[in-house]
Amino acid sequence: MNIITHFGKYVIMLKGMISKPENTKVYWKEFMLQCNDIGVGSLGIVSIVSVFIGAVSAVQTSYQLVSPLIPKTTIAQIVRDTVILEFAPTLVCIVLAGVVGSKIASELGNMRVSEQIDALEIMGINTKTFLIMPKITAALVMIPLLVILSMVLGIWGGRFAGNASGILSYDTFDRGLLLDFRAFNVWFALIKGYTFAFIISSIPAYYGYHVQGGALEIGRSSTKAVVVSCIMILLSDYILAALLL
Amino acid sequence: MIEFKNINKKFGDKVVLDGVSHVMETGKTNLIIGTSGSGKTVLQKCLVGLFEPDAGEIIYDGKSFTNMTEDDRKLLRQQIGMLFQGSALFDSMTVEENIMFPLNMFTHDNFVKKLKRVNEVLDRVNLKEANKKSPSEISGGMKKRVGIARAIVLNPKFLFCDEPNSGLDPVTSMVIDKLIKELTVEFNITTIVNTHDMNSVMEIGDNILYMVKGKKEWTGNSKDIIFSENKQLNEFIFASEFLQDAKSLRMMEAKAIQKQ
Repeated sequence: MNIITHFGKYVIMLKGMISKPENTKVYWKEFMLQCNDIGVGSLGIVSIVSVFIGAVSAVQTSYQLVSPLIPKTTIAQIVRDTVILEFAPTLVCIVLAGVVGSKIASELGNMRVSEQIDALEIMGINTKTFLIMPKITAALVMIPLLVILSMVLGIWGGRFAGNASGILSYDTFDRGLLLDFRAFNVWFALIKGYTFAFIISSIPAYYGYHVQGGALEIGRSSTKAVVVSCIMILLSDYILAALLL
Repeated sequence: MIEFKNINKKFGDKVVLDGVSHVMETGKTNLIIGTSGSGKTVLQKCLVGLFEPDAGEIIYDGKSFTNMTEDDRKLLRQQIGMLFQGSALFDSMTVEENIMFPLNMFTHDNFVKKLKRVNEVLDRVNLKEANKKSPSEISGGMKKRVGIARAIVLNPKFLFCDEPNSGLDPVTSMVIDKLIKELTVEFNITTIVNTHDMNSVMEIGDNILYMVKGKKEWTGNSKDIIFSENKQLNEFIFASEFLQDAKSLRMMEAKAIQKQ
């Protein structure tokens, strides 16, 4: 199958997903379950990654700024902007593409192979609406929240590492944080967060939903889903940066 | 009653169903039999709408399923129950939740009423104690019975069973066959069973459709099979010497009874 065929089937899947739920209560429960899986389930890894990227960026920025003419507050500014603009939305979403994306693809793939999706179809349930829509909406709600959390933890990680390694004090870091702060950067990160959330949930859902075969194909589609999601994240990251900055 | 006329289905250049027509009767266990690759499963999937036939018409109780809108099909599907070959139970749910799922989706009953119905169907399939178990904790035979319980929980008018005996020991197979037969008569439903289990054919075959290479080869009931002179059917049903001897014995008995 070529890219155009895949894209066509992907669009048809998204179109087929938009229909009236058979029972809003059951769908709401499914949505909450997905929020828990995608959001709460990823809290640990997001927190760890965020703190460390913030810490590393503080130490490495200090290592590169050798000129005594550049004030220490610049380190905080660089940590702040790199974390908000790039690390929190993009890096965290690439990690989430692995964690959440592979889970979605393998879960749906397993349901397809074991005829659970057919069983739902026979019951008269729109499987695209029931299985895919809650995942995408949950990702759209939870992933931007994770991005915000990542920004906070990343900056905190930089602040902590800067102080712990004697690069700059908490006061200097806090002063740097407020210098030339642009609120638009946060909005830009959130726009990225929403775009990546859609990619992370819909592409693996497509690959999982259309699995044919057995366990081997589930593994392959899961890997493919993560790879394609990562490429699409990087591509849309560039497009958004070129358009909005 | 389900009637289908001239069903054709191709996958690429391969013809899987070639003008198959038949009537599946209400209150009877209608069997689709044939060797692997004869088109049984594809026919059943066409009947429930999982595959769209290339040509032909499917009629459920006088209403054309082929020409129905998607919304009408959804409504009709609430009257269809299906037992899958691998049971297709939802892994993330317990036995009770699996059976309650169609009730949650399509009824507005309170929890107590739904639980009562779940216990009724579990009792009907002789699985009283399994409510809180997960599908991974129960045996293959139990999974099939849970699958049947889930299929009948909404009181369907049509029950489809895809190879209900596959992977089961002969005793459990007979239990499942007996259950399918009893439910069919008790609730006067149209049951369609895909099988190549000869025990099932002889025990519950009220109306049998024998398929060869996507075509209808023979129809009749389990008694007709004994006297059938269709070479392909005889080779398929009485494949072993033991079964051939059993057939000869049954024929001799029948002739003796006729003479008396």
